[in-house]
Amino acid sequence: MSIDVELQVAATKYRNKQKVKDRFISLFIGIFAIVWIFPIIWTVWSSLRPYKEVRANGLFSFPKVLNLTNYADAISRMELPTYFFNTAIITIPAVFLTLFFGSLIAFVVSRYSFKWNVSLLLLFTAGNLLPAQLVFIPVFKMYITLGKAVGIPRLLYDSPWGVVLIHVAFQMGFATFVLSSYMKTVPKEISESAMVDGATVFTHYTKVMLPLLRPALASLAVLMTTWIYNDFFWALVLMSTDSKRPITSALGRLQGEFVTDYNLLAAGAAIAALPTLIVFFILRKQFVSGLTLGSTKG
Amino acid sequence: MNSTAMESKKPHRRRAFSRADRTTLTAFVGIPLFFHLLLVWVPAFLTIVLSFTYWSGISISRIKFAGFANYKNIFVDTPAFWEAIQNNIIWLVWFAGIATPIGILLAYQIDRQIRGHKFYETAYYLPVVLSLAVTGIIWNFLLRPDGFVNGLFGRDIDNAISFFGNYDINIYVILTIASWRHIGYIMLLYLAGLKSVDMALREAASLDGATEWQTFKKVIFPAMKPVNVIVIVITIIESLRAFDIVYIIYGSSAGFPILGTLVFQNIAGEGASMKGAAYAVILFVLSIGPIIAYLRTTFRSDVQ
Repeated sequence: MSIDVELQVAATKYRNKQKVKDRFISLFIGIFAIVWIFPIIWTVWSSLRPYKEVRANGLFSFPKVLNLTNYADAISRMELPTYFFNTAIITIPAVFLTLFFGSLIAFVVSRYSFKWNVSLLLLFTAGNLLPAQLVFIPVFKMYITLGKAVGIPRLLYDSPWGVVLIHVAFQMGFATFVLSSYMKTVPKEISESAMVDGATVFTHYTKVMLPLLRPALASLAVLMTTWIYNDFFWALVLMSTDSKRPITSALGRLQGEFVTDYNLLAAGAAIAALPTLIVFFILRKQFVSGLTLGSTKG
Repeated sequence: MNSTAMESKKPHRRRAFSRADRTTLTAFVGIPLFFHLLLVWVPAFLTIVLSFTYWSGISISRIKFAGFANYKNIFVDTPAFWEAIQNNIIWLVWFAGIATPIGILLAYQIDRQIRGHKFYETAYYLPVVLSLAVTGIIWNFLLRPDGFVNGLFGRDIDNAISFFGNYDINIYVILTIASWRHIGYIMLLYLAGLKSVDMALREAASLDGATEWQTFKKVIFPAMKPVNVIVIVITIIESLRAFDIVYIIYGSSAGFPILGTLVFQNIAGEGASMKGAAYAVILFVLSIGPIIAYLRTTFRSDVQ
């Protein structure tokens, strides 16, 4: 009894001491957090001011004008709609195909017990971890050779489809890994009853597993969209025409071209970041759960 | 190709599949496997082979065996390679010694639900969502000669600090930018792991008179072993493969050599030389260790 009381007193003491400490920690982390997002705030702030005014009155001058002119200018002068379109025709098919292929392999591996299941899963997961640079040269030459062989030089090289395919081939490893660990949590009985009812493999996949996979597919879709949207390397090396590049790769060139008008550039960067930010704030739960299902990507 | 590979390895079958089912299964595995092998594993293997050759252009007849010449060229005749290795090592030490621990520390504090933890979590994670192209522009904004930081120090363009051009400081500038993303990422991964550690465990440790540091070291950290492995692997792999942020700032110029940009300079475009292949293989060999560590952690339960 008395030990209980003593323990409680000790616990209260601990909690009180901790409370004071926590205030300090919270304050410190809070200041640090503001420093952390300051670069973003500064960019957005700059994007709202005309370059001429900043130039004339200095960086820290009180703004006379705050408006969205830079945004309107960025959209028309940087041809952002074209680049957004380029991004969409790469990202949407790539995410869709990655999830589709990943779910097929994950379905077979987790629902049927073949001897090579673990090896297959290992192959896909390891493939996803290989450096992109290690596969680039042969892929590049394959794309060119295939284009020449069929008489359409831009079939895969310098074409959105080439970029889509390489994303799918790489990311499907990750999708397979995540989806198969998710499927392991789905009770075997569900599949067994489907099989007893005489469902074909195809129905088992489309009618039984796919609906159950929906939450995992949603998380993965969000994560994959951000990754592929933000990809820089593949669109840079597999495309040679600037006007075909997605927005993320195009930003580098635009940065050089509009280097004299920083405020316009800030607006351009803000617009380019907007889709990922919207996805993050609206679908945050999916984003985080997709990432923490196991990940090695930045 | 894949269907025969499948048939030959006789699978355990609890019961016979119908013909239609067998076709479905073959297609389900075969089609994705075909693309994955063709565009990932076959090229990876070919790059290793090609790193021992001279080859420019497309026609296969022009490949010439080179032995270790490409590697010798890199190790002996390319001073930029050793500079790059040095930069990658500094990168790794910085990430492992500073950025990753800060990420873990933040996760540990935020997990204790201190006041404002939701806002902090979002704030620290925000940079991870942005593409590196955007990140490059944002930081250029702060650090360019007539940017925010120089303005804050009251320096005009003529005697501004050149954050990207000064070789004594530019690596730390780049590492700060890289950490801006890395810390949030590690924090989020760790936070997810911490959610599975029982809160009562901590209070119990504290009641026993353990300091906060002891609690973390003796109670939390060991309970987080799988996450720790993943965090270590990510830290190493990201340090080795760093590319985007440096490319955004320096382009393909030699302004700041690291392995990622050296590979890029030698493989980009039609003028790809097989020295680039050799660089890629070096990058691969360096990352084999962490890759295996990762696979072992994630597949331990499957193999048993």
